[in-house]
Amino acid sequence: MPFRRSPVRWLFAALAIALLASCAAHPQWQLDDVQGHLPDLEFSMNNDLGQPVTAATYRGKVVLLYFGYTNCPDVCPLTLVHLHTVLMKMGKAADDVRVLFVTVDPARDTVPVLHQYVTAFDPRIVGLTGTRDAIAQLAKRYRAFYKPETPNDKAGDYEVTHSSAIYVFDREGHARLLATPGSSNDEILHDLGILVHQ
Amino acid sequence: MTRAMTNLIRVAACASLLAALAVNAAPSAPANIRVEHAWIRWLPANLPAAGYATIVNDGDNVQRLTDAGSADYGSAMLHHSRLAQGDSTMEMVDHLDIPAHGSVQLAPGGYHLMLMHAKHPVKPGDKVPVTLRFADGSTLQVDFSVRPANASGP
Repeated sequence: MPFRRSPVRWLFAALAIALLASCAAHPQWQLDDVQGHLPDLEFSMNNDLGQPVTAATYRGKVVLLYFGYTNCPDVCPLTLVHLHTVLMKMGKAADDVRVLFVTVDPARDTVPVLHQYVTAFDPRIVGLTGTRDAIAQLAKRYRAFYKPETPNDKAGDYEVTHSSAIYVFDREGHARLLATPGSSNDEILHDLGILVHQ
Repeated sequence: MTRAMTNLIRVAACASLLAALAVNAAPSAPANIRVEHAWIRWLPANLPAAGYATIVNDGDNVQRLTDAGSADYGSAMLHHSRLAQGDSTMEMVDHLDIPAHGSVQLAPGGYHLMLMHAKHPVKPGDKVPVTLRFADGSTLQVDFSVRPANASGP
């Protein structure tokens, strides 16, 4: 019954053309596209050298924003190693990328500790700290969550539950993409490759 | 009985008691357990570090890992990282079963040994002895290789 199939074929053809057209207009992102759904990058904090920095400091760079803390020996390093691997694979283009590691544990993450921690992973990773308010505001702005847990030993060591998302901003500070620790290096590499050339 | 003889018997009794205790105290190695690719991700500033390894059980019975310790660290705990609804959290784990003829991976983003309060500076390239304790009372000492912070594996 070929005459009955043909409308379906036409529909597929039309869909394929529409898809192709949308591909040409928008890059095929492999991470979640959040353009227009999250506000532009904005903060006022200190970097891991103790210098005051704002979002404007990083205008012109593709920025990856991640909330974490240095007493986090497993998931935070895993994420930073992923990002380090991606930056290594990008080669020279990675000079235009900065990873901002915002501490959610400012009491323990002093500037020197933060500096030693981030530089142990990659020179393009910057540690950010600030007042509790500044950190809370930035987290709220991106609907990121963190909560210090009850100390689990006599030494008073505690963990901090925190959002694990990586927020990606373009050179103008517009929120563009959302990655997770589950995103593959190739997905992040692919999308950053597009963003640095925009 | 002379006093010398009494003393001799006393010393002999003590010695045999000590020997017996020593035999009992020396834990046996767990049957059919192998540990491979054991490594620690080094972190600066005496921060807690995570230890990873593959524990293989070649035996017919499940082996339950209950505890770990290291002379180089004040504390070593079995932990599990969990990602739930986009939040990352770590929890202490009471025990970890290594299935018969199977293996369990302590790997980034999952089970790991949380090593805290290093007793002396530990640096990449070092070997850190870690003792794994099992529910049947057996123990196994494994050398963990210390790798740089940005290492992606052992």
